[in-house]
Amino acid sequence: MDRIPILRMGNLLLVTIQVDLYDRLALTLEADLVQMVNKTNAKGVLIDISAVSIVDSFMGRIIGNIAGMSKILDAETVVVGMQPAVAITLIELGLPLKGVHTALDVERGMNLLKSMIDDDSNDDNDQDVAEDDLIVE
Amino acid sequence: MILSLSKDSLEIIKEQDVVYAKNRVKEAAVKIKMGLVNQTRLITAASEILRNMMRYASGGRCLIEVVTRGRDNGIRLTFTDKGPGIPDIAQAMKDGFSTGKSLGLGLPGTKRLVNEFDIKSIVGQGTTVTILKWANG
Repeated sequence: MDRIPILRMGNLLLVTIQVDLYDRLALTLEADLVQMVNKTNAKGVLIDISAVSIVDSFMGRIIGNIAGMSKILDAETVVVGMQPAVAITLIELGLPLKGVHTALDVERGMNLLKSMIDDDSNDDNDQDVAEDDLIVE
Repeated sequence: MILSLSKDSLEIIKEQDVVYAKNRVKEAAVKIKMGLVNQTRLITAASEILRNMMRYASGGRCLIEVVTRGRDNGIRLTFTDKGPGIPDIAQAMKDGFSTGKSLGLGLPGTKRLVNEFDIKSIVGQGTTVTILKWANG
């Protein structure tokens, strides 16, 4: 069976979809990716769809699902490289992909992911400090 | 008056047939020099209807026609299945309505993506969906 490879880069997961998605492939990717987030404690997922020429309602839903599931597992998802024609089609279809972060290319997507992850860890640190203060008092 | 220039009838049984059918639609669209955005709209629309056909009627037939009206060229796709049929078409055409566990964007979304959309269904006998996209429409 076909599978889309998932690469690990530090605490990020990198997926480049090089073929046109069909339903079973998209479902397999969804399951694999969520498993990988759990297994590798990834903090971020970057999905490059620059080679995907068709995203219909089902695949759009899968992309939304991946973002939602990763979020629950404490990982951010950024979708990069969407073709303009795909963006036009998705909006006309009625699927604005709410809740999915996007960036124009891989570089910007990486920066966005890193900033989101940094913000998160800063928040955590702030909280830690506050707790420490409490203990001192 | 709309004249048909070429006809290509495909049987859709397996998921691979869906991929093949989408490729044939793309070939036909490229042949009449349809723009990239319209190609994407047409193939996405075909993808939605093909999925419905696979899910609810476990397959059917797809007729791909190159049509002409005056100086305009276009692609007309006719999807015929012998599935359970749709009891309430008006309801099925509403955004967000689905008897399956989907988003319910397929039929209404498809209609927004193409120039002409027609659906006929007889309960217990099957459904026929016809969509038409002009190269410059």
